[in-house]
Amino acid sequence: MPRFLNDVYSVFWVDLRNLRHHWRSTLATSLVQPLLYLVAFGYGLGGGISLEGVSYLAFVIPGIVALTAFSASFNGAASKLQVDRFFYKSFDELLMSPVSIYSIIIGKALIGVLRGFISSSAILLVGIALSPKLAISPWLLLVLLSSCFVFALFGVLATLVINSHQGMSTFSNVVLLPMTFLSGTFFSLTQIPEVAKALLYALPLTHSSSILRALALDAPFPWLSFFILLSFGAAFFIGCVLALKRASV
Amino acid sequence: MLIVGVILAAFIETEKLTKCYGTVKAVQDLDMRVRKGEIFGFLGPNGAGKTTTIRIMTTLTKPTSGCVQINGFDVVKEADKVKKVIGVVQQHLSLDRDLTVKENLEFRARIHHLSAAERKKRITELLEYVELTECADRMIHTLSGGMQKRAAIACSLLHQPQVLFLDEPTVGLDAQGRRRLWDLVRRLNMDGTTIFLTTHYIEEAEALCHRVGIIHHGRLIALDTPLALREKLGLVAVEANVNNKETHYKYFADRASATRYVQSLPATAGTVIIRDSNLEDVFVELTGEKVGGA
Repeated sequence: MPRFLNDVYSVFWVDLRNLRHHWRSTLATSLVQPLLYLVAFGYGLGGGISLEGVSYLAFVIPGIVALTAFSASFNGAASKLQVDRFFYKSFDELLMSPVSIYSIIIGKALIGVLRGFISSSAILLVGIALSPKLAISPWLLLVLLSSCFVFALFGVLATLVINSHQGMSTFSNVVLLPMTFLSGTFFSLTQIPEVAKALLYALPLTHSSSILRALALDAPFPWLSFFILLSFGAAFFIGCVLALKRASV
Repeated sequence: MLIVGVILAAFIETEKLTKCYGTVKAVQDLDMRVRKGEIFGFLGPNGAGKTTTIRIMTTLTKPTSGCVQINGFDVVKEADKVKKVIGVVQQHLSLDRDLTVKENLEFRARIHHLSAAERKKRITELLEYVELTECADRMIHTLSGGMQKRAAIACSLLHQPQVLFLDEPTVGLDAQGRRRLWDLVRRLNMDGTTIFLTTHYIEEAEALCHRVGIIHHGRLIALDTPLALREKLGLVAVEANVNNKETHYKYFADRASATRYVQSLPATAGTVIIRDSNLEDVFVELTGEKVGGA
């Protein structure tokens, strides 16, 4: 176990170093988009509307926090890994080292977790300032952290499976972008047809945003969604293992 | 120069090594032995299968059939043991260019499980060895091509590998950078590291390698010392240009027979050059193609 954790840290260490050199631009990149959503949807569109018994602003903030956790974690893990794999090829060095693939997967996800957690916490703080009714609890932070982990693993998996920049950008526009808008982040899923609902509940972000919303608005904890979110994490991890084992064939 | 010492034990051994990508056979039935302590050159044009062979030897790609043993360990079944004895400098360097030389070294030392004390000691030693001590805190992307290569070599030596794989080590370097790198490779070899290098530069293979394997369309077509390969062909080459159109090549064991041949040529033969043969001649005669490609 100590060897495993040590290796995870070694893999993470190099990404941390990188972040240290570029932290300003990195942070700015991951904050601009959610802040714009907050202004445009929360204030612009949603002023005066209320949804599920609360103001639209209070409703949308947890969704935007979830969305930020999603995009910052996914991209945080995926973008660095893409550079390592396709451009610098330094990922090969990890594969030729004695570090196990399990440590590589977790270590590579951690930079996404860190970036996602920092960005989404920042949005959460802005959200509390705007809508003081939101409840912050240790549970909320724990769910946020777990969400970041699941999404970072998703980012690692996507980069391991998709073998080109072009492929990644298509994936990002065709899969990720619709997911960020449709996963119950900006609107309530109670209003939509059953078929669409079933589809949306098959996406991890839907569960993350519904748990965060429930916690922030003091509703009962949706255990099923939490369990499904963690299952997504496990599935992404297994996917990464299989992708790495297959990569060397 | 003579090869130093008696170095005959096989350190890398391939047996019927084959790698297919779909219907394309990148490497076919490769049987080859690299001896401990030698500088082995793997010569061939781009796309001949050199990099694929290196990727299999360094555990990054699995062969379709056949096997490779390094120091007695199978690269597929005993990859963990193989990883401990190999060092690799890929053609693309595989350094993190947004980090400093020292940070790259630190990272590689960590993933090879060096303790904090070992890391400090080895990094200082190796920076000195590759003459980059002054550049330790510079970002990789600010270094010249030659310096980046030397940094990559330093990174690959941290865990004291017994064999170093160099994939096209001097591509893109200027003449000075190339010679400095050759010196470094020779020094490493003298210090006991077996070197396996791929190149499509004839002069590099001639300058550095004790033995050369020539690969063409995925098949090994010759393997010997550069001198022996030339001897088989003839140590002296005659280039005769006919009517300023096509150059004909002929090879002879010595200058005397080459001169006799030149004297026997008709007056229309045009420009005639007598010179030492080289590995390029060997390659062209064996394959009908130039090493560097068209």
